[in-house]
Formats: sequence, structure tokens, C-alpha cells
Amino acid sequence: MSALSDQLVTFAILAYPVAMISHAVEYALGNARTRAAAPARELVGAGVGAAGGVVAEVPAPGGTTAAVRTAARARLAGRIAVGATAVAALLHLGALVTRGIAADRMPWGNMYEFVLTVSFIGTAGWLAVLWKRPSLRRLGLFLTLVMVLLVATAELVLYTPIVPLVPALNSYWFVVHVSTIVFSSGVFLLGVVPAVAYLMRAGWEQGRRSFPYTLAKRMPAAAALERLTFVLHAFSFPIFTFAVIAGAIWAEAAWGRPWGWDPKETWAFISWVVYAGYLHARATPSVKRNVATWLAVLGFLTVLMNLFGVNIFFEGLHSYAGID
Amino acid sequence: MTVVDDRPAPPAEAPRRRPNPVLALLRNSWRQLTSMRTALVLLFLLAVAAIPGSVLPQRGVNPEDVRDYFAAHPDLAPVLDRLGAFEAFGSVWFSAIYLLLFTSLIGCITPRLRDHVRALRSQPPAVPKRLDRLPQHAVLAAPAGGAAAIAESLRRRRWRVVVRGDEVSAEKGYLKETGNLLFHTSMVVVLVGVALGSWYGWSGNRLLVAGAENAFCNTQQQYAETSFGPRVGSADLPGFCMRLDDFETRFLESNGQPEFFNATVTVDEDGGEPRRAEFSVNSPLRLDGANVYLLGHGYAPVIRYTDRFGRTQTSTTPFLTTGDVGITGEGVAAFPDANVDPATGKRDPDLQMAFTGLYLPTAPQQGPFVRSEFPTERNPLLNLVAYRGNLGLDAGIPGSVYELDQRQVRSGKVKEVGTKLLKVGETWTLDDGSRLEFLGTEPYIVLSVRYDPGSTLLLVSSGTLLLGLMGSLFGRRRRVFFRVLPPAGVTAGDPAGGSPTGGSSLVESGGLPRTDHPGFADEFAQLVAAVSGDGSRDERAGADDRAGAREGAE
Ligand code: HEM
Repeated sequence: MSALSDQLVTFAILAYPVAMISHAVEYALGNARTRAAAPARELVGAGVGAAGGVVAEVPAPGGTTAAVRTAARARLAGRIAVGATAVAALLHLGALVTRGIAADRMPWGNMYEFVLTVSFIGTAGWLAVLWKRPSLRRLGLFLTLVMVLLVATAELVLYTPIVPLVPALNSYWFVVHVSTIVFSSGVFLLGVVPAVAYLMRAGWEQGRRSFPYTLAKRMPAAAALERLTFVLHAFSFPIFTFAVIAGAIWAEAAWGRPWGWDPKETWAFISWVVYAGYLHARATPSVKRNVATWLAVLGFLTVLMNLFGVNIFFEGLHSYAGID
Repeated sequence: MTVVDDRPAPPAEAPRRRPNPVLALLRNSWRQLTSMRTALVLLFLLAVAAIPGSVLPQRGVNPEDVRDYFAAHPDLAPVLDRLGAFEAFGSVWFSAIYLLLFTSLIGCITPRLRDHVRALRSQPPAVPKRLDRLPQHAVLAAPAGGAAAIAESLRRRRWRVVVRGDEVSAEKGYLKETGNLLFHTSMVVVLVGVALGSWYGWSGNRLLVAGAENAFCNTQQQYAETSFGPRVGSADLPGFCMRLDDFETRFLESNGQPEFFNATVTVDEDGGEPRRAEFSVNSPLRLDGANVYLLGHGYAPVIRYTDRFGRTQTSTTPFLTTGDVGITGEGVAAFPDANVDPATGKRDPDLQMAFTGLYLPTAPQQGPFVRSEFPTERNPLLNLVAYRGNLGLDAGIPGSVYELDQRQVRSGKVKEVGTKLLKVGETWTLDDGSRLEFLGTEPYIVLSVRYDPGSTLLLVSSGTLLLGLMGSLFGRRRRVFFRVLPPAGVTAGDPAGGSPTGGSSLVESGGLPRTDHPGFADEFAQLVAAVSGDGSRDERAGADDRAGAREGAE
């Protein structure tokens, strides 16, 4: 089982780049298409959000057959990309399930498993977003890039053979607390992708034509990206809040205090405050949307700090060695 | 897009009084402090201020690390200490930030609470003149019952409805503001809970060795370390006594990791019968006014020393675990009253005895005997060094009871007089004819006894915080309006003038999302279809079309 899990991870690592390259091909071929977006239509998207701020792209009215053919090819590449992402997600899930079976516990016992699970949640969440908003497909280029990086890091740097969990940790609370932490972290991971894309795309739409902004040339409209960023964070934040509360309840039962400011707890607090700041900033009329979105990006950096940094820099200061 | 525009502006102060500059300044500062921007800045500062507490060692988390830090950075550490960096979360700067934030919070939610109660009591506003100016607009065939029927079907969908003549106004989604206020108020309550805990709470740690003679009662002196809130005195501790009867453990055969713990104790609470109770890791013993947590365990070797005059004493001191999987214990059995000459009755301080060393529950088959291989007692072995001399216990300098005072060894006042490996039941005869017997061991447990009067409040307020948060994030406030048009249909601005329904009466309707609500167009379309459908089913398809016609057109 353990070997099977490792193989599935390897296959997933192969499938993600396929998805990424297909997205890139679609992106490159996108050149041949002409934008026929009615400005009014775009405004509606921003205002009501019903259409997700989609910029309708159709072949130019008098377009040559070559352009039409390229457009068809681009669409094909996009479909392949989504298909490859779905295959990668299945392999990814298979790797987690087999690892869980091999270890006879939930596969959240160490950093390797943690990163694998969080990134799987990110991919699964992305497929769900695509299901509801197919027009956001091009964002997949950034998303698959993140997945390639994360899963490869997990495999190359963090890989650990299966060890049983410290049994004292293998309690009911372990499942409740850690599953919600993993889930919300996965959605935050997914949320940071449109956040970064928004920051670049918004710059592009304001006429910036220098390096990072040019990458967003053919991303979905800024308003749609911003909207998606908010929806994902608004969805994840209460789950994260619940996870932190559940952790405090567990800590009370296990160590006699709900909150002790140990580095893990401190960084969870920091993440919570930063994300609360994001939601707050977004609801504050006088704060610009890109300032708010930067807070979301910052929030994700603090989540990363808790995932990696606390384990690496503060070794020995905290007593969660079995969890991470 | 936010509800902010929805809130009535603070009533403008009438300029009839001469502005008092001090009052004006105060009022301005208060307005600044309670603005959402300030809250945002303070939130950000709070996050930044929490960082030092995770980077620098904290007394509350790990006092030894703080000591190490002082040793490693002798110049920097005292400066940092004066800034409160080693108790960052209780420091002036951290407290200042969160107190300001919560002041801002209270200042922010109080007027909103008032406004919200007012809004809950008031009725949805009158139907606007130009419904076609609203983001959603539709014209449909009037249901059979007219305005009353529309109101009825809206009520069934849990809208707050008011009918004024031929006009129906309805509103929904107060949950958003209710949730938001509940969330922010809960945060204040969480802080109150934390404050209660730190003012009126107390805690103490100690080891408890099994056996009736090692029982302890809940007084401050009985704890190795205590921490009392400023409003707690030692007289406030609830009276109870506790004895460890049995301690069961089970470990994984493969790697010695713990799998199961269970402590059985007899508790004697004030005014109650002594009773049996059990507790474990992850499931503390909840007493009246105190909770008892199991934090660790180990072994206390039972050692009997017979001195050169033939008098025996027995020591059952816990050997502290060294942190390895095999629970190797390290400790000292001290006999300061040994070798008192019965003839003179005088104690010779230079003839005090102490035995330090290691206890290995499962000693390896071959030396070195410094590390136990398994946490249960499969091959118990004591690896002892005997010392004779002045142990320094009389000098009044507090030292740990779990280790020999090394200053006495260095100064030569205590001398090593032999080493020995002992199995259970073995006897060691020393150079002066005195004897030491290793009788066996008793288990001990590490206890933390705590009382936190704020914990229930914390739990409840965290729950309401979460509920409020979800209401706030997922609730959506919106309004819909309906106006039954006179059959002649000559209302100004009716864009669907040439309506296919011809002479029958029409209803004009409009919808206004008060908060960011991307699905509102769909909801409105469905609602309009349903409203007209409830009255006249056969009109449904037509109404649907028309409702959709203007969807998202503005
Ligand atoms: C203790 C610090 C605070 C935290 C952690 C916090 C957190 C939050 C969060 C997470 C939201 C998002 C919920 C939503 O979008 O509905 C929110 C909304 C809001 N907060 Fe706070 N807040 C704090 C303090 C304040 C203060 C001091 C004010 C007043 C100045 C305030 C006013 C508001 C308002 C008006 C909203 C609603 C925004 C909207 O949805 O239109 N908050 N807060």
C-alpha cells in the first residue's frame, strides 16, 4: 500500500505538469482570438457579479478560417488541461487514501502528508470552482503551477516513510481539529491563486505593461478574480475559525489550558487576525480592493509560516512533534 | 456593495453651541478610533505584535529557554526583558493594542446595535416611485388576489412584508447584520472570559507518587510550582485530597510509544465521601472548582538505607524522566538524617548520604547502562553513585529535591564513595558497613491542577462568535417591491408598455440587493415567477420570460 501511494504521487507529479503545459498552450493560442467584449457587459459583471465578469471572447466577425481553427485548438488545449487536472486530482486522492490505509490512520501525520492533503484540497476546490464558473478556466495556468511546485516539494524535500502517529494524539480531537485545519488551509491555498492573479490583472487593466502585469494579459477579468478571491476566503475563514476553536478545546483537555501562545498557536492567531483584516478591509468602503487583496496574500504567507516555518525555525519549542 | 452605506449616518451635531475645542478634539478622536479603518490598522498591528512572542522564547511556554537565551545573549537579553519581550503577550505594548482595538470595537458596535434594533422594529420602506431604476425590474401579470396575494406568498418565503394600498414592500436578510453584531459582541465576551480566567484562575503542578502515604491535599505548599491570578489567595483553593491508587499504561510493542494511560485515584472532596475516580491524557478529572490534568508519568524507586548504626530509612523519590521513549529516570535519594549516633543523638552533617543515578525500567543486556530500552519494567535496574558528606540542605539555599547540589560536590564537601548496579531486591553494602536495598518502584504521575472560571464563558462565546460569523458572511440583505398597476396601465415609465397580457391587470416589481449578492438576479427572477405563479399558474411561463428580460441589465 505504501509503495502504491508513492507511485500514485509520482504519477500525480507527472499529470500536473501536463495540465499546466496544456493551459499554457491554450494561453499562447489565445493570441489569435479577438476580444469582442462589450464594455457594458463587463460592467454588469463587476456590479452584479452574476456573469462573473466574464469577458466574452468570440472570433472576430470577419475572422479568417485560420483564426477560427486556432481558437478551436486553444479550446481543445483548455479541455485537455482540465482533464489532466482532474486525472491529477484522482491520482492525488488515490495517493492519500492508500497512504491512509497503509498507515491505518488519517494521512495527516507529518509535513509530507500535510502538504499533500492541503494541495489536494486546493485542486479539488479548483475543480469545484471550474464546475460553477467554467469561464475562469485560464486561471488554471497559475493553479497548476502552484500544484506542480507544492507536490514536487513534498516529494523531493519532505518525503517521509510511514510511521505510526503518537497514539496519544490519535484521538477524536485529532480528526476534528486537524481535518478542519487542513481543509481551510487548502481553500486558503486555492484562494491565494486568484488573489495574486487579481493583483496582476488589475494592474494590467489599469494600463501597466511591465513584467508581472503582462502575465495576466489573458487572465479572466479582474473583477471576477477579486470576487472569487473573496468567495473562497469567506468560505474558508469560518472553517478555520472553527478549527482554531476546536484546537483550543483539545488543548484544554490535553494540557489544561485552551491557549498557551506556543508558536503554532501564535501563528494560527496571526493568520486569523490577518484574514479577519482581509474580510474587514474588503468591507471597508475606503480601502481599495487591491490593498485588501494584498492582505489575503499576506494571510497565506502566515499560513505557510505555520506549515513550514514553525516546524523548521522553532524546532523543540512546541510539543506537536507528532502532528507535523 | 457593503452594508455600510445602509447605516444611518451619525446624527450631525447641531452647530448651535459654540464648539468647545477640547470636546471637539475628543469627539474627533473618538470618531477616528471607532472607524473601520482604525480597526483595520489595529488588527494589523496586533498581528505584527504577536510575532516577537513566537520568535523569542516565552516564560509562559518554556522558562528554560528564556534562561538559555539570557546565557547566550547576556547583553541583549536584559534589554529585551525590560521591554517585556519574554512575556510578550502580557506586555504593555501588546495589551495597549488589543485594548485599543476592543475599545474601538465597543465604540463601533454600540451604535450599530441600537440602529439594528431600530431597523428590526421598523417596517420595510415605501415602494420607490421608479421601480425601473432598481437593479432588478420586471412586469408581470397580477395574481388573482392582488397585493394581498403577493404579500401572502412573500410571507410564506419568510420575507418581512408590509402592504400599503396597492403596494407591497418586503425585506429579507437581517441575519447579516444580526450575525455581524453577534460576532463582534462575542469577541468582547471572549476577552471577558480570558480576563476572568487570568484574574480569578489559578494553577499548580506537582508529582504524585502512588500510595496512601504520598497523598496530597490541595494547598499552595503542596505544589512544586503555582501560578495564581491577582484576585486569588491561597485560602480560595477548594479543599480536596487525592491519592494515586493505580496507574496503568500500555505501550506499542514496536516502538515503545504510549498507547494508553489511566490513573485511578481516590478523591476526598470537602464535604463529600472519598470516592474513586479515573482520568487520563485528553480526559481530565473535573472536580468542584478544579480540574486535574495528567501531563506525564515515571517511576519512583523505593530505596531502603540502613546506616552504620543500624537505623533504616526509606526513600520513594520520583526519578524524573529524561525525555526518551524508554522513560529512563534520573534522580537522587537523599538521606540527610542518616548516621545520627544514637548514643549522643547528635547529627554529623558530614555523614549525610545521597545516592544519585539513573533508573532504567528495561535495562539493556549489556552496558553501558544509561538508557532504558522500553518504558515498562521488563529488566529494572538502578545505576547509582553513592555520596557522603554535607549535602547542603541545611544552608537554606533552595535547591531542587530531584538533584544533588553540585556546588557541594565541587567544593569537596560531598565525596563520591562508590558506584553500583542494582536489580530489584539486591543489597549494596558500602565501605562503612551501611547497606542500601532496592525494594522496587512505585509509579508516579505529573499533575497539573487548574481552575479557570472563564472557560465556560469562553466556550459559549466562541460558539456564538462562529454562528455570528457565518450569519454575517453568508447572510444577504435585500428588498423587493411590488406595485399593482391599475388595469388601464398608463403608469409613467412602464417600459413594458406594450405588454402581451393586454387588458388584464399588471404588477410592476423591483429588487434591490443591499449587500454584495451575486445571485440576486436569479433569486429575483424566481421570486417574481413564483409570486405571479402562486396566483395564476397558467401565467407562469410568460412571467418567467419577462422577469428574465431585464435581468442584469443595469
Ligand atoms: C476585534 C477586532 C475585529 C475583528 C477580528 C473583526 C472581524 C471582522 C470580520 C471577520 C468581518 C467580516 C464579516 C463580514 O464580512 O460580514 C467584520 C465585519 C465588520 N466589522 Fe469587524 N472586526 C473587528 C473589529 C471591528 C471594529 C472595531 C469595527 C468598527 C469600527 C468593526 C466593524 C465591522 C463592520 C461594520 C463589519 C461589516 C462589514 C460588512 O460586511 O459590510 N469591526 N469584522
